[in-house]
Amino acid sequence: MQSRIYMDNHATTPLDPRVLEAMLPYLRDHLGNAASRNHSFGWEAEEAVDRARETVGSFLGGKGKEIIWLSGATESDNLAIKGVVEFYKDKGNHVITTATEHKAVLDTCKALERKKLARVTYLPVDQQGRVSAEQVREAITDETILISVMLANNEIGTIQPIAEIGRVAKEKGIFFHCDATQGFAKISVHVDELGVDLLSASGHKIYGPKGVGFLWVRSRGPRVRLTAQMDGGGHERGMRSGTLNVPGIVGLAAAVEIARGEMAEEAVRTRGLRDRLHEKIVAELDDVYLNGHPTERLPGNLNLSFAYIEGESMLMGLNGSAHPNLPAIAVSSGSACTSATLEPSYVLKALGVGDELAHTSIRFGLGRFNTEEEVDYVAGRVIDEVKRLRDLSPLYEMAKEGIDLKNYFAGAQH
Amino acid sequence: MASYSDKVIDHYANPRNVGSFEKGEENVGTGIVGAPECGDVMKLQLKISDEGVVQDARFKTFGCGSAIASSSYVTELVKGKTVDEVEQIKNSIIVEELSLPPVKIHCSVLAEDAIKAAVKDWREHHEKKKDGSAAA
Repeated sequence: MQSRIYMDNHATTPLDPRVLEAMLPYLRDHLGNAASRNHSFGWEAEEAVDRARETVGSFLGGKGKEIIWLSGATESDNLAIKGVVEFYKDKGNHVITTATEHKAVLDTCKALERKKLARVTYLPVDQQGRVSAEQVREAITDETILISVMLANNEIGTIQPIAEIGRVAKEKGIFFHCDATQGFAKISVHVDELGVDLLSASGHKIYGPKGVGFLWVRSRGPRVRLTAQMDGGGHERGMRSGTLNVPGIVGLAAAVEIARGEMAEEAVRTRGLRDRLHEKIVAELDDVYLNGHPTERLPGNLNLSFAYIEGESMLMGLNGSAHPNLPAIAVSSGSACTSATLEPSYVLKALGVGDELAHTSIRFGLGRFNTEEEVDYVAGRVIDEVKRLRDLSPLYEMAKEGIDLKNYFAGAQH
Repeated sequence: MASYSDKVIDHYANPRNVGSFEKGEENVGTGIVGAPECGDVMKLQLKISDEGVVQDARFKTFGCGSAIASSSYVTELVKGKTVDEVEQIKNSIIVEELSLPPVKIHCSVLAEDAIKAAVKDWREHHEKKKDGSAAA
């Protein structure tokens, strides 16, 4: 067994060696600025960027010229939402989104609310983390100009009914933005089948490089227009000024090219590993709960609450802090102690998962480079650590004695 | 969650005095503090002689590594001390011993609360016992 196991592929993914190979010439030899129109250095760079545009655009079922290159999904979400709200401010100011979006969407919406540029409806989700097209329909007003719903959630992996929401958006003539960061190049994404008008994604979630992403913007039927959020040299048809990250863009396109060939097979393999991990864990441990949707879920996502043990203490047992001689395992938790805000996961909260279970949640993110051997090892370590920590847990002891914890701790000081 | 001090790691990996005393032992004071919704619950039990000296201690904790370490350390700290002495224990000594960062200070506060709750519980039993023996 190697010294570290990476099972946090929702946070970021390792660079595929084939992607690195594709990028190297653009880090080493082809040094040009894609905006340099007067020499071959620039032409090479521009050609590479345009080829990448075609690759990504056609993979999505759209056109290459509909791609705006930028720094990543956060910038992409910002440009989509702020860009539409600003450009169409005379048409309306209402935005519909969901409670479990990534912060790049939620905080962008909150910033617009603070500046009184938009009124935002945050739709609640069901216990599996899904929003329905009906909910979206009911939230639409005469002022609604944009709907923004993620393809798949980064914590719980729940896949939203994007195509159904897309049909409502189309019927009502409202622009539809989809933050596809987690699902893009993992599950099938076709912009016409999904009925989306703007789509955001990032390179480093798909075995490509960090620091590069794109916003796809529909050019026809309907044409979507944006107000640029970055002023400068007028790159990307004025939509995003700033010198293009040529090696990054080449790498992102190489990652998409690999996904085009291998995505379907990879999904089956990753789902198999994920299910194996899940089955091994629940075969040995009681009181383990799946967070999210049992089937409408990203193939590599497994989010479990291990009742009666706190998530950060689990991570400490797995990540090498406490057992330097064992392989370190990289996973993440929805516990408050692991978040910058010291609040438990807002996504789990939105599902109606109680804080006491949110604190015990662990997210496993399986990906392209995980092996069966790793899965078996991680399952064993998780089982050992949960048993050890439950022996330490007063809650486990009380629950086993038949004490109703909710009653017992009712009104306890937080 | 950043890096932990060596002492936190040591108490987490090798917690001292884990467990529970037999139910209904007269000379045991039990303190259960915190709440599952907040992500930490500590159970501290002190076995205290009639003379008011802590003879033994046990703990169980639901919480992060620092919460586990704080309560584990407390079980060592209180042994041999009188109840009056352990009631004077301040969380700052736990912070110092374990080098807890500011975001983990609440773990030490909870451990201090657990000591106070355990002693209070013991006093209640003890008073009752004294009253009982006086009546007899």
